[in-house]
Amino acid sequence: MSVIDPPAVARRGRARKVAAVLGELMRRPRAAFGLIVIAIMAIAAVFAPWLMPHDPFEQSFDGLTLAGAPLPPGGEFPLGTDLLGRDLASRLILGTRTSLIIGVLANGIAVILGAGVGITAGYFGGWIGAILMRFTDLMMAFPALLLAIVLAAIFQPSLLIVALVIAMVNWVQMARVIYTETRSLAEREFIQVQRSIGSGTLRVLGSHLLPHLLSSIVVFGTLGISTTVLLEATLSYLGVGVQPPTPSWGNIIFENQTYFSTAPWLVFFPGAAIVLLALAFNLVGDALRDILDPTLKGRH
Amino acid sequence: MTATANTDGQGGARPVLTVRDLQVQVATTGGAKTVLDGLSFDLMPGETLCLAGESGSGKSMTALAIMGLLPKPMARITGGSIKLGGQELTELSEAGYRDVRSNRVAMIFQEPMTSLNPLMTVQQQLVEVLLEHDTCSRAEAPARALALLKDVRLTEPERRLKQYPHELSGGMRQRVMIAIALACEPEVLIADEPTTALDVTVQAEILDLIRLLQEEHGTTVLMITHDMGVVAEMADRVIVLRHGQEVEAAPVKDLFDAPRSDYARELLAAVPRLGAAPARPQRKLGETVVEVDDLTVRFDITGGVLNRPVARVHAVESVSFDIRKGETLALVGESGCGKSTIGKALLGLVPWEGSIRVAGRQTHGLSPRMLKPVRRDIQMVFQDPGASLDARMTVRDQVAEPMRVHGIAKGAELDDRVEYLFRRVGLKADMMDRYPHEFSGGQRQRICIARALSLSPRVIVADESVSALDVSVQAQVLELLQELQSQDDLAYLFISHDMAVIEQVADRVMVMRLGQVVEEGARDAVLHDARHPYTRRLLSAVPIPDPHRRRPPRAEAEPGLGSPIRRIGDPPTRLNLSEVAPGHRAAS
Repeated sequence: MSVIDPPAVARRGRARKVAAVLGELMRRPRAAFGLIVIAIMAIAAVFAPWLMPHDPFEQSFDGLTLAGAPLPPGGEFPLGTDLLGRDLASRLILGTRTSLIIGVLANGIAVILGAGVGITAGYFGGWIGAILMRFTDLMMAFPALLLAIVLAAIFQPSLLIVALVIAMVNWVQMARVIYTETRSLAEREFIQVQRSIGSGTLRVLGSHLLPHLLSSIVVFGTLGISTTVLLEATLSYLGVGVQPPTPSWGNIIFENQTYFSTAPWLVFFPGAAIVLLALAFNLVGDALRDILDPTLKGRH
Repeated sequence: MTATANTDGQGGARPVLTVRDLQVQVATTGGAKTVLDGLSFDLMPGETLCLAGESGSGKSMTALAIMGLLPKPMARITGGSIKLGGQELTELSEAGYRDVRSNRVAMIFQEPMTSLNPLMTVQQQLVEVLLEHDTCSRAEAPARALALLKDVRLTEPERRLKQYPHELSGGMRQRVMIAIALACEPEVLIADEPTTALDVTVQAEILDLIRLLQEEHGTTVLMITHDMGVVAEMADRVIVLRHGQEVEAAPVKDLFDAPRSDYARELLAAVPRLGAAPARPQRKLGETVVEVDDLTVRFDITGGVLNRPVARVHAVESVSFDIRKGETLALVGESGCGKSTIGKALLGLVPWEGSIRVAGRQTHGLSPRMLKPVRRDIQMVFQDPGASLDARMTVRDQVAEPMRVHGIAKGAELDDRVEYLFRRVGLKADMMDRYPHEFSGGQRQRICIARALSLSPRVIVADESVSALDVSVQAQVLELLQELQSQDDLAYLFISHDMAVIEQVADRVMVMRLGQVVEEGARDAVLHDARHPYTRRLLSAVPIPDPHRRRPPRAEAEPGLGSPIRRIGDPPTRLNLSEVAPGHRAAS
């Protein structure tokens, strides 16, 4: 028998598992790219005060042309200025905070809520499932934007409230997908085996159903990041999102959209930032799904 | 007959289909893998050639390659030639292939339900095929469709034309598939495991039909099967495949009488033969561990606006039996007879009525928590080891799981026990940290057996536990089950549709039909002295793996079994079993 005993390896700690997954991610070029982008954005968000070349709220006198138009990228303002003469680069960097917090927080809540409702309804079925899923259908039928406006109007808009409002709108799709998948998984033989062994509900859900649902959760979770960031932008535009002058990528776009033809950089750079963030999360999510699925690994 | 004259390739007959050095590769993550390597054969007009082999032998790949249906772009032909009557098929364009497929080569598949369009009636599907092939005018098509159904001996053909696939039984669907395949009067009929998904009595009827049609139409048949019984019944010549290579090619009688290759010899030796199993070892049977009395399982089918019950499935109707320590009771019957439901009821996986005692403990009305101690005494091994193992968990954790759930062991002791269980089922302990997909089918079933053994149960319910395995592996797993039984005095409830397998393992046999027992008794009494007509019919339908004892094809389809689904308030009549010999009871 082998001397290097596998049990010790099998029972490695959670921290080591996370480190192993991270290492695996860095070995894949696309995932590594995504991870680096996310890391850079996180650093930008945390160290924003030190990284900003200008005061993001200051309407500089030399930030506008003599005719009062925003400055194009280059020179003193690397990404140009907006219509009030504020430095776009600084506003984008500060906006990373808002967008990243909204993207991760709102989406995180939506994923947990949606997956929770989906699994519960799918596994237990019966009247519990019927009530949960009819409620989900109701939420789905309700116009998302209207719901968000109503919720945001009731509560004072703050970052946390905006995140919660977005989560309330976005969990529904996740719940639907997870519900359907749980339904078909629960019929599978290996779940029946669990019942015949006498495993408790928590063990069946946590140890057996969740790992199989993880790929869908990860994929939908990462896809949700971009819709979340955009929904935040829409809310900001309607005046019920993050309140000006606090910048977010979304409200930078909407503030400046009327100047799109004369000053395209004002829409291009924040737009590019949103796309880059969504892309980065998607790349990491895709790779995570593959890494977490042992059946995709080669035989050893 | 012309068929026999042509089988030896003499008399100047030209082959219909010529395959030379066929090589097929499949792209995998580890690079190209050759799944078919240098296969050559000639298909003579009117003959039946069987491609036989176990899973992964490349037999289905051959059929798909001939039909031009290889899953692109993963699989492709990388060498060799396929000639149909002088026309090279490997160089054909997709459009050219469509012509070949619709007019010259037809194929029937394993699962008739998935091959038929569920939204079209039988007539629509037949007419569509007939018109596509320009075999007749639109006005003549319905009459031609009816004639085809009569050809395939479908009962009540006029009514069947108007029916949808879901209204037909599995056997009828396969007959419709054959009718569609014959609509274009193909030169070659490729049958890929045409009876594997069917019950044994239906299988016999479909095989008879193919033979009859072949005599009438002179169709050439290329048959693909894993079942040596089917080979013996059907083939003129056989090619045995393994790992994509030809192992042996011989006329069927030569192959069965004197196989030349070691592999063919092993394969034939592993085939269970009805009537050839040795006597069961005489053991002293211990106390009764399972007592089932008046077990009834019914499911309501709800429907309508108010979701009220509209019909009832009488899955199991008043079944009683007991199993003693060290004994194997076999439940045999066709699909839908309720045999698996009984196994599930024993483990509390379906709601049931009646009385079940496991090791003396009554389990009726117990909550899942109260049922937990009972589960230590009774465990189950399911049919498909691939589906009953969790793909995302190491096999070590899965074998350990029941012991964790029941708090029997943990830490180093748990590891020791898992390792011991692995060795008991013939697996190496250093494989424990792998995932299920890294094992073969037989190894996976061993893991499932180890998991079932982990609670040291007294009874194991084996639900079709060897049906999904290749014959050679099947023999090994059966041997393992017997070994474990003699070591631990285990009691088995062995559920199977396969008479030959039952004969190898059972002490007693219960034959079920439509949820009720029609005959029960000691193994030899039931299998060699069957009293009930249904038992006899089951036994006579088993294909005999001996080409010298081929049955003449019967033209008549036997009446169907009926359905366990009945209207509310219309329960089936209870069968009364009467004793025909000591310990041997049959319904009158």
